[in-house]
Amino acid sequence: MKNNKNISGAEAVIKSLIKENVDLVFGYPGGAIMPVYDEFFKFQDKVHHVLTRHEQGAVHAAQGYARSSGRVGVAITTSGPGATNLVTGIADAQIDSTPIVCITGQVSAHLLGSDAFQETDIIGISMPVTKWSYQITKASEVPVAIAKAFYIAKSGRPGPVLIDITKNAQFEMFDFNYKKCIGIRSYSPIPKIDKNKILDAAKLINAAKKPLIVWGQGVIIANAEKEFKSFVEKSGIPAAWTILGASALPTSHELNVGMVGMHGNYGPNILTNQCDLLIAIGMRFDDRVTGDTNSYAKQAKIIHLEIDPVEIDKNIKVDVPVLGDCKESLAMLSKNIKTKSYKNWLKIFDDLMKKEFNKVIKNDLSPKKKGLTMGESIIAINKLTKGKAIIVSDVGQHQMVACRYANFIESRSNITSGGLGTMGFALPAAIGAKMGAPKREVVAVIGDGGYQMTIQELGTIFQHKLPVKIVILNNDFLGMVRQWQEMFFDKRYASTEMVNPDFVSIAKAYFLDSEKVENRSDLEPAVKRMVESKKPYVLEICVEKEDNVFPMIPSGASVSDIRLE
Amino acid sequence: MEKKTLFTVSIYTENNVGLLNRISAIFLKRHINIESFTTSECEIENVFRFIILVEMTHSGINKVVKQIEKQVDVIKAFYHTDEETIFQETALYKVKSNSLFEEREIQKFIKKSNARIITVNPEFFVIEKTGFRNETDKLYNDLAPYGLLQFTRSGRIAVTKSKMGISEILNTFKNQKKK
Ligand SMILES: Cc1ncc(C[n+]2csc(CCOP(=O)(O)OP(=O)(O)O)c2C)c(N)n1
Repeated sequence: MKNNKNISGAEAVIKSLIKENVDLVFGYPGGAIMPVYDEFFKFQDKVHHVLTRHEQGAVHAAQGYARSSGRVGVAITTSGPGATNLVTGIADAQIDSTPIVCITGQVSAHLLGSDAFQETDIIGISMPVTKWSYQITKASEVPVAIAKAFYIAKSGRPGPVLIDITKNAQFEMFDFNYKKCIGIRSYSPIPKIDKNKILDAAKLINAAKKPLIVWGQGVIIANAEKEFKSFVEKSGIPAAWTILGASALPTSHELNVGMVGMHGNYGPNILTNQCDLLIAIGMRFDDRVTGDTNSYAKQAKIIHLEIDPVEIDKNIKVDVPVLGDCKESLAMLSKNIKTKSYKNWLKIFDDLMKKEFNKVIKNDLSPKKKGLTMGESIIAINKLTKGKAIIVSDVGQHQMVACRYANFIESRSNITSGGLGTMGFALPAAIGAKMGAPKREVVAVIGDGGYQMTIQELGTIFQHKLPVKIVILNNDFLGMVRQWQEMFFDKRYASTEMVNPDFVSIAKAYFLDSEKVENRSDLEPAVKRMVESKKPYVLEICVEKEDNVFPMIPSGASVSDIRLE
Repeated sequence: MEKKTLFTVSIYTENNVGLLNRISAIFLKRHINIESFTTSECEIENVFRFIILVEMTHSGINKVVKQIEKQVDVIKAFYHTDEETIFQETALYKVKSNSLFEEREIQKFIKKSNARIITVNPEFFVIEKTGFRNETDKLYNDLAPYGLLQFTRSGRIAVTKSKMGISEILNTFKNQKKK
């Protein structure tokens, strides 16, 4: 790049982003970041800036972008309230290992600590929920800090990084020189694989009679879908997924035995406590997956393939930890295992699936009652998108139903807030997901509660003409909380009933196509119109008000105490 | 319940503003009380060493130290029991000057405890004692009846009996970069 002599810190920010191959950022301007916005204006042919309607929308969009594309998402805001509005998204990205870089403006260095207008200690506030953060007070620090930020955000176990830039540093002039970061001496993101552990793991796998694989998002983050599939197929071992692992292996794969965890499938949960070997891959034994850890897979030997040393023995003690990048360790493991199959063992999964089908799935998907179910809505979306859509779900009953019944063919098709369970995530995340994978259909599935937490992002969708498809599964309740009240609080529905506005009118006020479905016969035609539209579309589906999501492991109970009703 | 033990946590870090916050947040998040905390530059230029004293279970300290080591600017973190370290604390005791002359016992305590008088002026004098916690405690208990104007004790400083190998880690990085 020419003309790098004597440029401003603000220009250096944009030039650094360009050096990191960033061509898209999500953000919201304000006083302390205006010099940088002025440079966005000058460089708009190189870096596209999407103006969201709230900073939380910007950070969730950056997360959605990162999750659908595998690249680093970028969100940029002003100081003070602009910065604090990012915190929920940063915490979400931290717990779901999403690579994002957040850039915030800050008051001038000489004002730091003076309670200046819109000064807030965002470094301090965000520290516990960032992988790394840095405050730039001199222009010369811009290229070094941004290079480090991108390297740290995406290497090893990814996560959010925050860079806070004081206003004087944005104005200051200096000679720009960019060097990509290729290593940091205090940071080793990818542990070296210990070959002995591979051999130990292979020995256990080769000797197992009733093994079970549980995989998580690690497989997707490592781009290890191919290696994973080969491993599953050669080993012949039934494989179950955590909510964030969904779609790494196609739903219809014969060895895919479903989802584990609180609202997962019956079979893999029950059989977690009957298998003789549990192979955990790129997952972290979250309590929503394990239930009571004192009665989790106690009978089994456990192998854990994991990139982050802190996860080893954190929640569940394992027999063979295999630290390293699972793309490599899976390939090594495949070489050392025998080709096997487990007919009788798989039949037990099938039998339990039949039981779940009869008790739960049948009623969800082919209901006898008049009201529509969330399950049949998801099936209609599957059918009309041919299972090719990216499903971005919010948080609640609809999320569990979407993950349970979505039919995934391609990886990176399930984007949801898993670890933090952030209501309001889906609408902005769908914006980012669409921009990260423009060729793919993106369908956001959202409850009437969560929708209204970030509903203003309809404005972003309209302004930037983003053909995102939005499905509101409206039960006029904060459904998931209502379900708990029904089951554990004697139906005392404290503050969970929602008196809702007319969602169609709201969408139309944003000049978006929209319709509402109340009857079964209208469901598929309406979903078809939505899918066939080349424009953004808001479809409100009115579903049964008081349906519950089953199976369910009551919180604190064991996975084998999973309930079908 | 697993037994709690006193551990000396040693953390080698880059000099990065905010790291102190990051490390203390790891304890805060888990509701763990820190007994003492000191930091200084160590034997390697620009590398800092934090020494933190905590009482925890063995499995707990193992997890916490892994979380600390995970921080980008932390080079390496260790934890050791008292048997594995050589450690000291320093205490300062400020006493009214006239009690030094009027109370003969005080002079005896100072001599017996191997403490030093580091300042004397007409109003007060200051005693310094470096040693184990029970030693500085004993001197405190001995002096307290005569009236202490001020008392303060440093955090633990410690070196380990075993090697830390920080220079080796840093050199490996240098060599990798050359390749
Ligand atoms: C920001 C936030 N606040 C509160 C909650 C707690 N919570 C979890 S699910 C849920 C209800 C969600 O209701 P809705 O969006 O209508 O979806 P439904 O469960 O009905 O499908 C609530 C309030 C949360 N997860 N996130």
